[in-house]
Amino acid sequence: MSKYHLDYLGQLESEAIHIMREVAGQFERPALLFSGGKDSITLVHLALKAFRPGKFPFPLVHIDTGHNFPEALDFRDKLVDEIGEKLIVRNVGDTIKEKKLTEQKGKFASRNALQTYTLLDIIEEFKFDALIGGARRDEEKARAKERIFSVRDEFGQWNPKLQRPELWNIYNGKITKGENVRAFPISNWTELDIWNYIQREKIELPSIYFAHDREVIEHEGQLVSVSDFIRLDENDVITTKKVRYRTVGDMTCTAAVESNADDIDGIIREIIATKTSERGETRIDDKVSEAAMEDRKKGGYF
Amino acid sequence: MDILRFITAGSVDDGKSTLIGRLLYDSKSILIDQLEAIEKQSKNKLNGEIDLALLTDGLRAEREQGITIDVAYKYFSTPKRKFIIADAPGHIQYTRNMVTGASNSELAIILIDARNGVVEQTRRHSIITSLLNIPHVIVAINKMDLVDYSEDVYNNIVIDYQEVAQSLGLKDVKYIPISALKGDNIVEKTEKLSWYGGESLLHLLENVQLDSDVNLTNGRFSVQYVIRPQAEELHDYRGYAGKVISGVYRKGDKIVVLPSGIESTIKAIEIGGQEIEEAYALQSVVLHLEDDVDISRGDMIVPANNQPSLEQEFEVLLCWMDNKPLLPGNKYYLQTNSRVVRSVVKGIEYKLDVNTLQKEYSPEKAGLNDIIKATIKTASPIAFDSYKKLRQNGGAILIDETSSVTVGACMIQ
Repeated sequence: MSKYHLDYLGQLESEAIHIMREVAGQFERPALLFSGGKDSITLVHLALKAFRPGKFPFPLVHIDTGHNFPEALDFRDKLVDEIGEKLIVRNVGDTIKEKKLTEQKGKFASRNALQTYTLLDIIEEFKFDALIGGARRDEEKARAKERIFSVRDEFGQWNPKLQRPELWNIYNGKITKGENVRAFPISNWTELDIWNYIQREKIELPSIYFAHDREVIEHEGQLVSVSDFIRLDENDVITTKKVRYRTVGDMTCTAAVESNADDIDGIIREIIATKTSERGETRIDDKVSEAAMEDRKKGGYF
Repeated sequence: MDILRFITAGSVDDGKSTLIGRLLYDSKSILIDQLEAIEKQSKNKLNGEIDLALLTDGLRAEREQGITIDVAYKYFSTPKRKFIIADAPGHIQYTRNMVTGASNSELAIILIDARNGVVEQTRRHSIITSLLNIPHVIVAINKMDLVDYSEDVYNNIVIDYQEVAQSLGLKDVKYIPISALKGDNIVEKTEKLSWYGGESLLHLLENVQLDSDVNLTNGRFSVQYVIRPQAEELHDYRGYAGKVISGVYRKGDKIVVLPSGIESTIKAIEIGGQEIEEAYALQSVVLHLEDDVDISRGDMIVPANNQPSLEQEFEVLLCWMDNKPLLPGNKYYLQTNSRVVRSVVKGIEYKLDVNTLQKEYSPEKAGLNDIIKATIKTASPIAFDSYKKLRQNGGAILIDETSSVTVGACMIQ
């Protein structure tokens, strides 16, 4: 094998850096959507590689649903402090008040869908023309069809049947007024690729990704953390289990998995052995219908 | 471990989706909840068995109509390799989708229904494979279960296809008999095809030599972004960020900036702020030059002794991808790597019939999915290589100036 051989993680990394630099080079007001999860933490790591010793040519934007894991918020603040980049936070709770939106009712009332309103507001407020996100094509069937540069209309809507062809490594970021682009640098990464990369690069993560004791209830086979954001019924049995999170979303719609993996090696072993997909195991909001994600994306969701 | 990107060419009837489903299923890349979801749908469709094809249909309209509309990307890996499948529909009205999927592929699986042999569609897929210069081809002769696993049927199809491959100049072509539905020869070899001396499909995919596809000879680097930190201590820092498209760059190399023609020397190479001695194909790096020269996004930095063509007028093979027709004289943006220039399509020499390779000379216009030979003139020179010689620097897209949509894919001749 040639000494000039870039291994698979190196290829994925280089592709992601290339995409981020295309965003920086083609747009006037880009931003990086930061959720506090492992995928967006990986994006920040890739941005450091793409732009240091310069500053990021974009701020980080966090849409705070008010239902976040406190560990994830602490981690976010620590990370932003360390890298010295700008963070913009907007609260879904404020949007709900301002726009008099109706919140979901029920046991796991989630603000997941309402995030889209805050997202569209923030795009308008800062006139963002491109938003970098950490979505991956292996996550979900509708995502598998989305372009790396995905053009959205002024309502943020994705039109899957009218997507631009995307050829070679040429990214067309030209847009007309009112449109914006969602750019996905880690489209071609799988969950395992992310973990392998986190291991190789020694990227730090919030503690909830590692096995820890937590009070949970069991709901249709999924373990949901006890928090102020979910409604407990008299039938709920609270138990303390050793769990970790595979994904980090809202406390209302993210489920934990039982695990003893307290380091990256352990997590990688479990992921290789697992029989359930990331979204299937941990996302309470995707089970609603076969086309749940497609519908949300058409409505402006990431 | 490395990455193989491949495209599967074939229509629904050839069992393309079943093949992809089978590869994912047998390589254990499908997980229980995904399987449950398709089991549920399979029952909805009342056809009994689990329909592996359902795994690849991403959009609601596709599931409802049982068709593939667009290119979908699927992922699986083995300890040897990560695989990225571009799953593109094969009907003639989707030529643009196959071209799109093929543009990043290093290998094409061409599916042939053993009952039908080489048909018009096989030729079309092979022609696109050759136009897009995909280096490796596997001809998978599918549905062997429906021809009693007959060696004669297989051999006759191979002989027919060899003629196609030869006429198109396809280089690395391998043949394999399979049944995607039954899982024969996909991951494991099967007794039923004991007369077949080769390896299973997955084994072929795992062992295609990819290193030789990476060009380490012609240094090509397209500047994406100029890094200029606004900090006192880095006042003179000026780094050109981009990806090494091909070749190797070393400290001290004499270079030329194109299109300006300014000469300089590489002072330093960095990755993520760390200095390295050399950078090679596919790496994203930052270059520093000895001289303070004017370089901006879209410029190319190339070795002084190995330069690409620098032209304002050139011929292309072009796949038209828009509903509005292409008329000679129309103006578009042309983008190669990170350079965007205004351009005009001067004249159409001929239109290529993608089923027969026959040429229709001097057509008035080109429509959606047409492949034409045309001359393009740009407002300023672009640095390129011929697509046949260096794919990574010979492809370009045309962008509609008013709608901003990508309307054409060009392979520069």
